[in-house]
Amino acid sequence: MPSAFISRKNVFGLRSMGQSKTKPSFFNEMIDGGTVRAPYRGLEGWSRDMPLDLRTLKQSEAEKLFRRIGITFAVYGEGGDPDRLIPFDMFPRVFSGAEWRKLDMGVKQRARALNAFLADVYGRGEMIRSGRIPARLVYQNEAFERAVVGIRPPRGVFSHIVGVDLVRTGPDEFFVLEDNCRTPSGVSYMLENREIMMRMFPQLFRENRIAPVEGYPAALRRTLDSVAPRKCEGAPCSVILTPGHFNSAYYEHSFLADMMGIELVEAADLFVEGDFCWMRTTEGPRRVDVIYRRIDDAYLDPLCFRPDSMLGVPGLMNVYRSGGVALASAPGAGVADDKAIYTFVPEMIRFYLGEEPILNNVPTWQCAKSDDCAYVLDNLSELVVKEVHGSGGYGMLVGPRSTKDQIALFADKIRENPGNYIAQPTLALSTCPTFVEEGIAPRHVDLRPYCLVGESIELVPGGLTRVALTEGSLVVNSSQGGGVKDTWVLAE
Amino acid sequence: MRLRVDHETTYRFDPPMRGVVQSHRLTPSVFEGQQVIDWQIDVGDAVRGAGFRDGAGDWVETISVLGPVENLTVRVTGEVETVDLGGMLKGHRERIRPAAYLRPTPATKADRTLQDLAHDTKAATGGNDPLALAHALSHAVGAAITYTPGQTEHDTTAAEALALGHGVCADHAHTLIAVALCLDIPARYVTGYLFASEEDGGHEASHAWAELYLPDLGWVGFDISNGICPDARYIRIGSGADAREASPIRGVTQGMGAEHLSARVSVNQVAQ
Repeated sequence: MPSAFISRKNVFGLRSMGQSKTKPSFFNEMIDGGTVRAPYRGLEGWSRDMPLDLRTLKQSEAEKLFRRIGITFAVYGEGGDPDRLIPFDMFPRVFSGAEWRKLDMGVKQRARALNAFLADVYGRGEMIRSGRIPARLVYQNEAFERAVVGIRPPRGVFSHIVGVDLVRTGPDEFFVLEDNCRTPSGVSYMLENREIMMRMFPQLFRENRIAPVEGYPAALRRTLDSVAPRKCEGAPCSVILTPGHFNSAYYEHSFLADMMGIELVEAADLFVEGDFCWMRTTEGPRRVDVIYRRIDDAYLDPLCFRPDSMLGVPGLMNVYRSGGVALASAPGAGVADDKAIYTFVPEMIRFYLGEEPILNNVPTWQCAKSDDCAYVLDNLSELVVKEVHGSGGYGMLVGPRSTKDQIALFADKIRENPGNYIAQPTLALSTCPTFVEEGIAPRHVDLRPYCLVGESIELVPGGLTRVALTEGSLVVNSSQGGGVKDTWVLAE
Repeated sequence: MRLRVDHETTYRFDPPMRGVVQSHRLTPSVFEGQQVIDWQIDVGDAVRGAGFRDGAGDWVETISVLGPVENLTVRVTGEVETVDLGGMLKGHRERIRPAAYLRPTPATKADRTLQDLAHDTKAATGGNDPLALAHALSHAVGAAITYTPGQTEHDTTAAEALALGHGVCADHAHTLIAVALCLDIPARYVTGYLFASEEDGGHEASHAWAELYLPDLGWVGFDISNGICPDARYIRIGSGADAREASPIRGVTQGMGAEHLSARVSVNQVAQ
């Protein structure tokens, strides 16, 4: 039995909103027990002494900077208006060096295990043979690609950029909400938020020892170059493949290409000839060794996947499968970040790495299992229910914040198709001080660090903090009123 | 039985195309039922890419032609020595687990009628013999869909073919796959060649059938159109979840022209 289920009895010491009938208490990352926690001391005077007019001025300055840069895309493929600006909150979110060390180890451990899992399910399938994960969950998964079976990509890496979504419920309590093994977006916010904070408040960066995040593009470039196929001769040619300017994350694609000094290409710029994939340039065709593709599996190659796709590069999968080009991430990498597979990540860490998980999962009930489903239906008012393949905060039920009618309606949906739903306790997400109209108030936050996996595993000290700007809201998605913050990791 | 294949596919583009890329699955499978004596694929001036064996055990190659392309001819010639294994795919090396063939595609997705056909057939056989069930399903599909050329299109689904009651080998295969999947039996689409002597009435030499994965036996072929499991008259080429995925030639053309396709296939027995 997967260990996550034991946690129904709350062995993780998890603070769950459903546990108490009194007003839930949330961990405030700045102020605990009436005193300012150490990591935030450098911000105490800054925030207290900032006059309202200066704050308003800075806030509009920040907005202007974001508009000028053009960073207006939606995070995480949430869709919506591509020109909408995601609100930026100037109050930084801070981690101490010691706090980060644990997150750093935990995220890297997870990235290693997820890659080992992918190498296994597209290889011998040892974890399935051992009975630790049901074959059905893997092989019948929509994200499982038969075309990838048997491929050994360079350095054995399938997911080169792993975004791990984390939430915090107490001083030492962190939980992984979900993994993103395909092409997690949002990292340009991490870089731009920092850039803008440094421009607006340079003294903060003199007074505090904040670990830099600016090394991310170089680290990403190193990672991509390090997975060039064996057939590559000389310095690897890495490119970013974008669906085009109408894509909500186009800004990020062009930003990263600029920062890394590599070409940003669309499918029409690439073609397959002979053993390789080529890029059209003004000086003639140039061989491409590594493609950081920001397009979905289905649109990669009409010869292998969707025949009606106009976005793909015909023949690309054959070149990939015969070792002529590397794709980051590998097609089919999504089978590792599926919400139903998520439950098994702690078991992956034990099975492949022989280690105990450093970061815990949120206990998850699979409605596909009748026992779990019965429990979920009985406790809907205390749970968060999500669709297995859903994203962006749509199609979910937040029990404690829903009316009886909404709950009843959702219960019908679960009964109709139980396999489509998982449920988790409503976590008491930590809060971080945030500038609001009335002044400064706590708002709930989450965190997505971006782990790079190539020749080595690297994690830039920082990530994207999302904040639920609506008072009391636990949904941080930008489509549901979320904003972003600069995330600091203090040097030890 | 020694069989000689001569298979020529010609594409004519009017006006000419800017470019053509094709993925070929045109080489006989490697298993105990057949041995390649000689096999050639001629693509004229097209550029050939590195070939590789995919997870299903098929040999895959890529070709590309930069335009203007007016004509493209793919000619496959060769000889294969075959033996009758009663449809069993013995000694075939593949890495994809049978459980990965349980997900339907749009072509093999079951509607209510297909589900009923699957479950009624299973109920009628009563027993727990998977092989008997597979044969019963084949018979049921054969009885429900009469072999009739010209009634269905290349994109006709199993559900549509069953509703129509007429179809060709592709429809039989899709429908058998659909009912097998309803009963959690891994199933897939297989392409190949069939030698049909004069007295057999001469079916098309390019052929397709279905394979079902049965405990203890492994993958077993069922050719509903001929009412048998593949024997020495069959040459197996490749497989996929449905006709589109298993297709011997998958191509993408760049340009606005119309595509005219003609094919000529002959499979003959070689006197020894």
